[in-house]
Amino acid sequence: MPKIIPAPDDLSKPFWDAVNEKRLSVQNCTACDRLQYPPRQTCFACGSAEMLEWKDVEGKGHISTYIVIEDGRLNRRMPDQPYNLALITLDEDTSVNFYSNLPGVPPYEVPVGAAVQVIFEEVGPDQLIHEWQVVD
Amino acid sequence: MATQPYKWRRDTDGLGVWEHRGKVAVAGFGHSPVNRRWDETSMDQTLGAYSMLACELAMEDAGVTPDQIDGVICCDSHIAGSSGGTASNWAPRPYFEPPYDSEWGLTLVNGDWLVKQLKLPNVKYAPSNVPTIGEMLGLAAQSIADGKCTTCLVIYPTGNMEGRYRRGGENAQDHADGARQWTFPWGNHGGNDFINIFPHNQYCLKYGGTHDDVAPFVINQHRNGLLTPWGYNASSGMVQLTEDDYVNSRYILNPLRIFDCDRPVNASAAYLVTTAERARDMKQPPVYVLNHSQHNFTQRTTQPDLDEIEEWTDRAATRMYEGAGLGPADVDIFNPYDGYSIMSQFFLEAFQWHGVKRGDSFAFYADDIRVEGPHPFSSSGGNLGNGRTRTAMYTDSIEQLRGTAGPRQVTIRAETALAAFTTPSSGGWMMFGKHPS
Repeated sequence: MPKIIPAPDDLSKPFWDAVNEKRLSVQNCTACDRLQYPPRQTCFACGSAEMLEWKDVEGKGHISTYIVIEDGRLNRRMPDQPYNLALITLDEDTSVNFYSNLPGVPPYEVPVGAAVQVIFEEVGPDQLIHEWQVVD
Repeated sequence: MATQPYKWRRDTDGLGVWEHRGKVAVAGFGHSPVNRRWDETSMDQTLGAYSMLACELAMEDAGVTPDQIDGVICCDSHIAGSSGGTASNWAPRPYFEPPYDSEWGLTLVNGDWLVKQLKLPNVKYAPSNVPTIGEMLGLAAQSIADGKCTTCLVIYPTGNMEGRYRRGGENAQDHADGARQWTFPWGNHGGNDFINIFPHNQYCLKYGGTHDDVAPFVINQHRNGLLTPWGYNASSGMVQLTEDDYVNSRYILNPLRIFDCDRPVNASAAYLVTTAERARDMKQPPVYVLNHSQHNFTQRTTQPDLDEIEEWTDRAATRMYEGAGLGPADVDIFNPYDGYSIMSQFFLEAFQWHGVKRGDSFAFYADDIRVEGPHPFSSSGGNLGNGRTRTAMYTDSIEQLRGTAGPRQVTIRAETALAAFTTPSSGGWMMFGKHPS
């Protein structure tokens, strides 16, 4: 079944535009030298709005932990149950994390600690989302 | 009845001892029956009828008459929120005769509706946009201390109707906007189950142990619930949960099981809060408010991790202890929120109740946490033992300090109590005392 389609807004549009170009681009505070995801109007650490810029990242990470959704609340995803939901930390800044369903990894067989690489998956017309794939 | 914005929260670090410590008291409480759902036909069991009943019982408990009530603080938010779907909304079906000619009284209750139905002639303070029970007792305490009213009913209704809970509204949509765009595409609806399950897994990895180590706590919550006559489990003929029941129960968010989650119910509870001076002349021994504190922490990234959860709960504990002028060794009764079993350990360790430090909770759970034992943790049975009323923690704390908790009455000293409906990120804590200082 298709995943739920993100609806970009003014703040998130640059992020989703990059994803649609198969790039992972997150906010970077040049004052703090810290990455930030999801995007905010200001830097989480210093509060600056002016020092925030968009920065492409390599898209490499590791699996921190995971759960398996067996009885979730989101109608559109119910036919997929059970499915993995992993927490991915970004190698370039481990305080930044993402969710992933780990395409290709069977439920319950998640290799915690394994390296992953960002990939992009179509969820709707002209809309990709960022996903993560285990690196062999 | 609407009031101006009122800055009442104690939600920053370093505020010092609450200046009104011991000057406000809880003098009464009342609970409606707790049903799994409103059956959509019994008009004496609507959320409104149950809220009126809870108010009447609270006034009776305190020995107060309707004309003495000058404040009504009622949470008017929908417990199931915008994701409630059929389990929370009566509309679009036809309504009934007044007072059930709108959602008010059926799935929503507010101060104005209650004042009218209860025929309270002297209410001068009934704010709108009242927060949940996690903060509203704090709002009541501060409002009374600031002179906005003197004798206040505080009501928390929790509705539930036919249909699967929170399976409608935004949860049924194909698109996700706002904060949901960062969680929904991957299957995370953004609730506290998701927020806490990942840190819980990290907790098990960091400190050792498995999810099954939560079992003694869940089982004891059910035991305490069966000792709470008004609660769902005790009043619905539930039998004691066993370890086999628990470990063999179905998963929701593996490793989170169905018995790690509280059961949505249709019920209401009310508290009578007043000045300490007035409370001393009422029917019951006063239970004094020694502090109230709130918090609303912001997560750094998509998902809070264990470090962030521990930092937040440490800060909440520091705020509460500082405001009450007390420390961990001073707290006799400890009733943290348990709507999902996996968050209680974060609170227990942050507040260091009975000396429990970070990573100690599973060993503590495996010790004697029964109410008659030396460590009567969560003597209320919480929401796991009583249903999702979100009020058991407060009521048990009051009863323990009064010495009227019946078979749940602890055998250790019961002169102070901490109670909360809060997640690690947002909510509030209340410190109660048998004595004003």
